[in-house]
Amino acid sequence: MSGTPVKVPTMAEMMANGETPEILFWVGCSGSFDDRAKKITKAIVRILDHVGIKFAILGTEEGCTGDPAKRAGNEFLYQMQAMQNITVMNGYGVKKIVTGCPHCFNTIKNEYPALGGNYEVVHHTQLVQELIDQGRLKVQGGAFKGKKIVFHDPCYLGRANEVYEAPRQVISRLDAELAEMKRSRAKGFCCGAGGAQMFKEAEKGTKEVNTERAEEALALNPDIIAVGCPFCNTMMTDGVKHFNKEDKTKVLDVAELIANANDL
Amino acid sequence: MISSILFCILLVASVGLFTYNARKIRRNILLGRDVTLTGDSSERWKTMIRVALGQSKMVTRPVSAIMHILVYVGFVLINIEVFEMLIDGIFNTHRAFSFLGGFYDFLIGFFELLALGVFIGVVVFWFRRNVVKVTRFTNPELKGFPARDANIILVTEIILMTCLFLMNAADQELQRRAYDHYTQAGAFPVSSLVFGGLVSGINSETLVVIERVCWWVHIIGIFAFLNYLPLSKHLHIVLAFPNTYYSNLMPKGKLNTLESVTDVVAPNFDPSYQSKTDPNNPQRFGVKDVTDLTWKNLLDAYTCTECGRCTSSCPQNATGKKLSPRKIMMDTRDRLTEVGKNIDANGGTFKDDGKSLLGDYITTEEIWACNTCNACVQECPVNINPLEIIVEMRRFLVMEQSSNPQELNGMFSNMENNGAPWQFSPADRANWVNEN
Repeated sequence: MSGTPVKVPTMAEMMANGETPEILFWVGCSGSFDDRAKKITKAIVRILDHVGIKFAILGTEEGCTGDPAKRAGNEFLYQMQAMQNITVMNGYGVKKIVTGCPHCFNTIKNEYPALGGNYEVVHHTQLVQELIDQGRLKVQGGAFKGKKIVFHDPCYLGRANEVYEAPRQVISRLDAELAEMKRSRAKGFCCGAGGAQMFKEAEKGTKEVNTERAEEALALNPDIIAVGCPFCNTMMTDGVKHFNKEDKTKVLDVAELIANANDL
Repeated sequence: MISSILFCILLVASVGLFTYNARKIRRNILLGRDVTLTGDSSERWKTMIRVALGQSKMVTRPVSAIMHILVYVGFVLINIEVFEMLIDGIFNTHRAFSFLGGFYDFLIGFFELLALGVFIGVVVFWFRRNVVKVTRFTNPELKGFPARDANIILVTEIILMTCLFLMNAADQELQRRAYDHYTQAGAFPVSSLVFGGLVSGINSETLVVIERVCWWVHIIGIFAFLNYLPLSKHLHIVLAFPNTYYSNLMPKGKLNTLESVTDVVAPNFDPSYQSKTDPNNPQRFGVKDVTDLTWKNLLDAYTCTECGRCTSSCPQNATGKKLSPRKIMMDTRDRLTEVGKNIDANGGTFKDDGKSLLGDYITTEEIWACNTCNACVQECPVNINPLEIIVEMRRFLVMEQSSNPQELNGMFSNMENNGAPWQFSPADRANWVNEN
C-alpha cells in the first residue's frame, strides 16, 4: 500500500550479508536530492519491491555520473566522476543496472565502457515493460480510465538511444487515451534541460524551450503529461505552471503512473 | 571535325579543373585530425545505400522528399543520355545509341519524362525559396551568397532541362522532315507536347541551329555545373555518399572519450595504467579552429547542402536563440576554405592569420545554447553531426580557457566536492529511503 516503507538495501549491506542483487538501481542525483524526483524514485522502488526483484542501491557510494559536466565540456570532471563510480561498481561486481534517469542511463550504457565500466543498462521504463511482458507485473488500469495522457520523449532515451516504444507500451496498459504531440519520437522536442542547460541561464531568445514544449503538450488538453526523466519532469511542470494549467494537467513519470495504477 | 576538337578541349579542361578543385577539397578535409570510426564496412555500405542512395531520411518531410526524389532520379538516370552526348561530341555523331532501335525510343521517351520531373521539382524548389519563403530558407545565415548559390543551381537546372526539351523538339521536327542526317530516333512525349507547335512553323535550317545551340548549351551547362560543385553547397550530390558511409554507427547519445584526459585521470585509479596518447605530441583539448576537428567533421562541412532541417528542428533556434546547427556547418566550411586558400597562397603551409573558427566565425553564445538533444543529428538527411563540433568547442572553452558561463562553475564545483551538481552533502544521498 502507498506509504508503507519499502526496504531498500545498499550494495554494501547486501555484500555484508553475502547476497547478490538481481539488479542495481541507479538512483541518480535528481532522484536522490530533488523533492519532486524523490517521489519518482519511491515509485520505482515500490514497483521493484512489488514484483519481488532483488535489488540494491549504492546509497552514499553513488556519485553523479558526470553527464552534465561532460556535456558542458568538462571532460576532466566527467572522467573523475565516471572512474569513481566504475571503481565502486566493478568492486561489487555489478552486472545489470536500472536507472531512474535517461541521462544516467545514456552515460553508463554508452560512455562508461570506454573507461572500463561494462554493464547491462536499462531505463526504468524498459524494465517495467519487460516485467509486464514477463507477466511479473500486472497493471490495473482503473485509476486512469478516461484520462488523456500525452507522452513527452526524453531526448536521452529517445533519439540518443532510440527507446521510443517501451514507455508507450507501458502507458498503453492503463485504461487511458495515449495522445501524441506532432513532435514526438524521433522528432521529439527537447524540454530545455539537456546539455547542462539545467544548470545555467538560457541565452537571449524569444521564448523558453520548456514553455514552447509545454504549450505543445497542453494544446492537446491532456489530464497527464507523462515523462521518463526527472529533468523533463521539472521543465514540463514549470511549463504547465507558466500557463496556469497545473490544476488540470499533472506531470507524472511513467513509473508513478504504474505505481498509482497498482496502488503501490 | 572542328566541333570534335573543340568539344574534346572543353571536356578535358572541365574534367581537369574539376579534378584540381576536388583534390584541393580532399587536401582540406585531410587537414582534420585522424579519427578511428567504429563499425564494420558491411554496416557502412548498408547505411550508405539506405541513407544516400535510398534517401531514407528525406521522407520525414513529404513535399520536399517527393520533389527531391524527382530531381535526384532524373539527375542520375539522365546521365546515361549525357554519356551519349559525350560520345556524340567526341566522335561528331548524332544520337550514337540510336542503333538500339525501339529500346532507344523507350529510353529517350523515359528520359523526357524524368526531365519533366526534374523541371517540376526544381521549379517547386525555386518557389519554396523565393515565393513561399519556407521558414528554414529565411534564416540569417542564408543571406548573401548561400541564397544566391541555391538560386544559381535551380536556375541552371531549369535552363538545362529547357534546352533538352527544345533540342529534342527541334530534332523530332527535323526527323519528321527527314532533313539531312536527322533520321528517326527516339520518342519525345514531353518536348513534342510543349514545343511541338512552336517548332513546326520554323524552317529546317533554323531548326538545325536551334537543335545545335541547345545541344551545346546543355553540354556546356553540364561542364560548368560540374565545376561549380566544388564552390557550392551542391557538392552534396557527390559527398553524400562517402559521408553516409562514414556515418556514426554508435548510439547518438554517445560522446567520445578524450584519451588525453584519461591519461591524466586514470593513473589516480589504476597505478598500472598505460598512457594511450603520445606525451611528446600534446594536443589541444577540444576544438578552437578547423584543424582541431576530425576529418569526418570537415567532410560533414563540405557535404552540407544547407537544407536547414537541422536548424528548423533545433529547440534553441525555435525559441529565438542564435544557435543554428546549419550555421555551425557553414561556418566550418567557410573557415576551412579560408585556411585552404591561406595554404595555397603561402606555398603549401598555413600562415597564422590570427583567426579561428571559434571566435571569428562561431560565437560562444551559439555554443552554450545547445541542449545536446540530437535533433539536428537526427534530422540531417546525409548524417552530418553538428553536435560533435559544439561539444568539442565547449571542451576547448572549459578545459583550455576556463571560460564558461559563470553559473556552470557552481555545478562543476558541487560535482567535484559533493558528487552531485547541486549543493547537497553526499552523506545525505540515500536520505530519501527513510523519508515519507
